Amino acid sequence: MTNGNATLVVKDLRKKIGKKEIIKGLSFELKKGEVFGFLGPNGAGKTTTIRMLVGLVKPTSGQILLCGYDLHREFSKAVRQIGCIVENPELYPYLTGWENLEHFVRMVPDIPKNRIKEVVELVGLQNRIHDRVSTYSLGMRQRLGIAQALLGKPKILILDEPTNGLDPVGIREMREFIRFLAEKEGLTVLVSSHLLSEIQLMCDRVAIMAKGEIIRIDTVEYLLAEQERVIWKVEPLEKAKALLEEETVIIGEEDGTLITHYDAEKVSLWNEKLVKAGIKVSEIHTKLPTLEDLFIELTEGETID
Amino acid sequence: MINLVYNEMIKIVRKKRLLIIAAIIAVLVALFTYAQLKRVQSIQEQLGTTDWRAQLQQQIIDTQNRLNSSGLSEEWRKFLQIRLQQQQYYLDHDINPSAPGAPTFMRMFAENSIDLFIPLMVMVIAADLVSSEASGGTIKLLLTRPVKRWKILLSKYIAMILSVSFILLSLGALSYLISGVVFGFSGWTLPLLTGFSVHGEELDTANVHLISQWKYLLMEFGLVWFVSLVVGTLTFMLSVLMRSTAAVMGIMLAALISGAILSTMVSSWESAKYLFMVNLRLTDYVSGMAPPINGMTLGFSMTVLAVWGLAALIISFIVFTKRDVY
Repeated sequence: MTNGNATLVVKDLRKKIGKKEIIKGLSFELKKGEVFGFLGPNGAGKTTTIRMLVGLVKPTSGQILLCGYDLHREFSKAVRQIGCIVENPELYPYLTGWENLEHFVRMVPDIPKNRIKEVVELVGLQNRIHDRVSTYSLGMRQRLGIAQALLGKPKILILDEPTNGLDPVGIREMREFIRFLAEKEGLTVLVSSHLLSEIQLMCDRVAIMAKGEIIRIDTVEYLLAEQERVIWKVEPLEKAKALLEEETVIIGEEDGTLITHYDAEKVSLWNEKLVKAGIKVSEIHTKLPTLEDLFIELTEGETID
Repeated sequence: MINLVYNEMIKIVRKKRLLIIAAIIAVLVALFTYAQLKRVQSIQEQLGTTDWRAQLQQQIIDTQNRLNSSGLSEEWRKFLQIRLQQQQYYLDHDINPSAPGAPTFMRMFAENSIDLFIPLMVMVIAADLVSSEASGGTIKLLLTRPVKRWKILLSKYIAMILSVSFILLSLGALSYLISGVVFGFSGWTLPLLTGFSVHGEELDTANVHLISQWKYLLMEFGLVWFVSLVVGTLTFMLSVLMRSTAAVMGIMLAALISGAILSTMVSSWESAKYLFMVNLRLTDYVSGMAPPINGMTLGFSMTVLAVWGLAALIISFIVFTKRDVY
C-alpha cells in the first residue's frame, strides 16, 4: 500500500498501559500536501496517538515512518522531519519570543540564523517578537508556537487542537494558513480537533477515532456524500412514517418532517406510494449531513469506558 | 552539546535564580560578619585583653567548667573533651586558631554552612531544572527536537554543576570581600592544624601537621563542592521524578533538616550512618570534630555520599529516557 508520496506511515500502532490496550492497532498513511484531520471524542486516543507520532510516548508495538525514517530506530533523523504543537504551545514565559526561537534553533544543528526572521514574518509576529512571552495573548502564543514548529522547515506538521482558544478571526486565519502551508509549501499537515466544523472546512481527509480504533478514514466529500439524506415534509406524519418504514429506515424525525437515507432509484417510488395512500407530500429535499451528524452516528454517542 | 548547555544556562540566568542566590549570600555574610565582630568585641571586653592566648586559655577553662557540671549527655561530654584537647594542642603549639581576617571568616562560614545553608541554595537551582519543564509543558517542545533524551538531561546536569560551582565561587568571593572590609584581607598564610582523628574518646594527634590557611581553605571548599554536587544530584533526581517543584523542595528540605537534627542524636543508632544527610559535615573531619556516629571517617562519608549521588544519577537517566511524556 505504501506509495512514493507517503510522508507519514503508521503501521499497526498499539499502546498498552498496564493491561488496558488504549490504542488498538492503527494503520494509516498521509500524502505530501494533504491536510489530514483526526477526529474523536475525548478519550478516544487522539492525543496518545499524536504523542506517539512525535516521540513523546513509546508505542507498545507497531511502526511509525516519517519521510521513510523509522521513529524508533532513527529518532533524530525522523524527528527532524516534523514540526509540532502538542496541546497548547507552551513556551518559556520569561524569555522573549525571539529568545524562545533562538533556544530551539540552537538544538538543531542545520538551521541557518536568518530562518528565525523568516518564520516570524510568516506568522506575522514582527512587532512583538522582542517582548517577553508572558505578555503575549493566547493568539500570539499560538502563532509563536507555529513559528517554532516551522523553524526546521519540516515536511510534516503535526498540530494538536490548533484553533484552541482562538477568536473567530484567529480561527479563520489559522485555517487559511494551514491550507496555504499544504497547498503552496507542500507540507503534510495532521490536525486533531474536536471542532468538527473546523475539520470539515480545513481537511482533505479525515480519520474518525473511537475507543482507540480508527472506525472510518476517508475524504471529507466522500464521507458526507455517502450519508446524504432525504427530508420529507408530509401530512399526516404517523401514517407516512408507517408506510415509509415498510420501505426504508427512518433515521430521524424533526418538526413535521421525516428523514431517510437517500436512494436515487427509489425516492420517486416511495413518493408515489405516499401520494397513492392519500398523504399530502408538501416537500422532498436532499441534504448533506454535517460532519457532526456523521460523527455522532458513527461513534454512536460514544462514552468513555 | 555546548549549545544545549548554553540553552540551560540562559534559562537559569533569565529566571534570575543565580542573582537571588548571590543576594541571599551577600546579606547573610554581612549579617554574620557583624555578629562575629560583636562577639570578638564582647570577648575582649570580658577579658580586658586582646591577647589571643589569654582568650584561648579562658575558653579552655570554660570548657573544663562545663565538663564538670552534672547532667551532661554522653555525646556532649565526649564532644567537649575532644574540643578541650584540641584547644590545648593549639595553645601548646602557639597557634591562634581564630586569628582575625577575611580568610578565617571564609573558613568558618564554609564550615558552618556546609550541611544546611549551601545545600539549600543548591536546591533552589536544582529543584526546578526538570520539574518546571514538565509542569510548564515545555518538556514537549524540548523532547520533540532531533536530540536524544539523554543528551538533553546531560545538558541540564552540566548546567546544574556549573551553577553549583558559581554559587560556591560567589560564596567565597562575597564572604572574602564583605568580611575583609571589617576584619582585614590578610591571613592566607596563617598556619592551621589538620589531621586530627578521633578514636573513641581520644583525640589522636599522631598525624597532626600544620598547613597554611589557603591550602586548608582549598581543601574545605573542595569538600563543600563535593557535598553540593551530591545534594544537587539528589535534588535533580527528585526533579526528574516529580512535576511539582514545591514537592521537590519539600522533600529535600525535610531530608536536610532531619539530617541536622539526627546528627545530634544518632550516636546509638549505628546504621543511620548510611543516610546521606548525617554525612554532610565533611569539613568537620578536617578540623577534627567528633563525628555524629562512632567509626565514621572522611573516606566513609565521602563513599556514602558518592553512592547516593551515583544512584540518583542513574535513576534520573533511566527514568527520563524511558518515560512516556503526557
